[in-house]
Amino acid sequence: MSYFADVRSLARKDLLLELRARDTLPAMLLFVIAIFVVFHFSLPSGSSDLAASGLLWVAIVFTALLGLGRAFVPEREQHLFDGLVLATADRSAIWLAKASATLAFLVLAEAVALPLFALFFHGIDGSTIAAFLLADVGICAVGTLVGAMAVVTRARDLLLPLLFLPLAIPILIGGVGASVSDDPARYLLFLGLYDAVFALLCWASFEYVVAE
Amino acid sequence: MISARRLGKRFGEKPVLRGVDLEVADGGFALVTGPNGSGKTTLLRICAGLTLPSDGELEVAAPRARVGYLGHEPLVYRELTALENLDLYGRLYRVPERRERVGMLLERYGLWDVRHDRVASYSRGMTQRLAICRVLLHEPDLLVLDEPYTALDAQGAELLDQQLEELRGAKTLVVSTHDPQRVEPLATTRLALT
Repeated sequence: MSYFADVRSLARKDLLLELRARDTLPAMLLFVIAIFVVFHFSLPSGSSDLAASGLLWVAIVFTALLGLGRAFVPEREQHLFDGLVLATADRSAIWLAKASATLAFLVLAEAVALPLFALFFHGIDGSTIAAFLLADVGICAVGTLVGAMAVVTRARDLLLPLLFLPLAIPILIGGVGASVSDDPARYLLFLGLYDAVFALLCWASFEYVVAE
Repeated sequence: MISARRLGKRFGEKPVLRGVDLEVADGGFALVTGPNGSGKTTLLRICAGLTLPSDGELEVAAPRARVGYLGHEPLVYRELTALENLDLYGRLYRVPERRERVGMLLERYGLWDVRHDRVASYSRGMTQRLAICRVLLHEPDLLVLDEPYTALDAQGAELLDQQLEELRGAKTLVVSTHDPQRVEPLATTRLALT
């Protein structure tokens, strides 16, 4: 139980930092709104709902990327990894807390983005919302690990999308499939499986990412 | 507590530490001196478990949670208050009677009145005092202090003198400094890096 107490303390700290600095969630919101406006005017009139659904997923993945890029900024700028690495009994707690905080920001961004999408394009069904919730878990699990790897490099701004986007392709396939298919259940199952496998891999490998 | 033999560290092809031997008994006080670039910080980071050595053997008889490390960075969040920072570390280290311990340290280091202020508003010296509080919070068995007097004013330096005097013998200390006269009388082991 003490492991989860660590996760709770660290995640609470991340939420508090965002509440004070307000430099992640507002940026994600502005970004996703701007993308929808661009899509709204760039999609030819009469475009299918299928195309708009695909663009919605692209917008959300890039919005998540923005949040993931900010996730470890306080730790990088203030060299705080040393302190956290020494203080946590299990270093994977840092990953789980950071992924949880990023997940909270992403869900909040989507809570604004999805109704806005419905206003600009077309309505969103329950299976799409379920797909987003499952995709968010996978995005934050993988993205937080990749973000921690990228943040210690000089080319972090380049490395994060280069590492993350290939890993996010299955999420896009599952997400878009669940949004447009007549049988979304198998896509949702696929997303759930992706979440379970990658969350486990990321959790187990984080210790080595922050080893030195 | 610490036994290092022929310790070496390379960053890429560049060696920053070569053939260092260090023995520090439980309750010992190791004073590490040397000019800039001699590898003091690297050695201390290795002792704290934050960097792996490239060569040699190292045994540290304190688990990670029982090490207190004060580096060049204060390792506190600038957007949090002193109280929030110490509360976070206190929870992670599972400090018993955390609030009392935090309050006592903040009081002792003259930060009690500004405990609700964000660290971003602190001077460098106040931030260093907070960093010292962070290191002492969980009463570690091994304290690794890299240039602990940096940015401290006369009163802060005196507080740290008293603290080190109290800790001597009870805890194991590894301290690097450019001002060795200050802690020289406390040292049981001396290591001069070149």
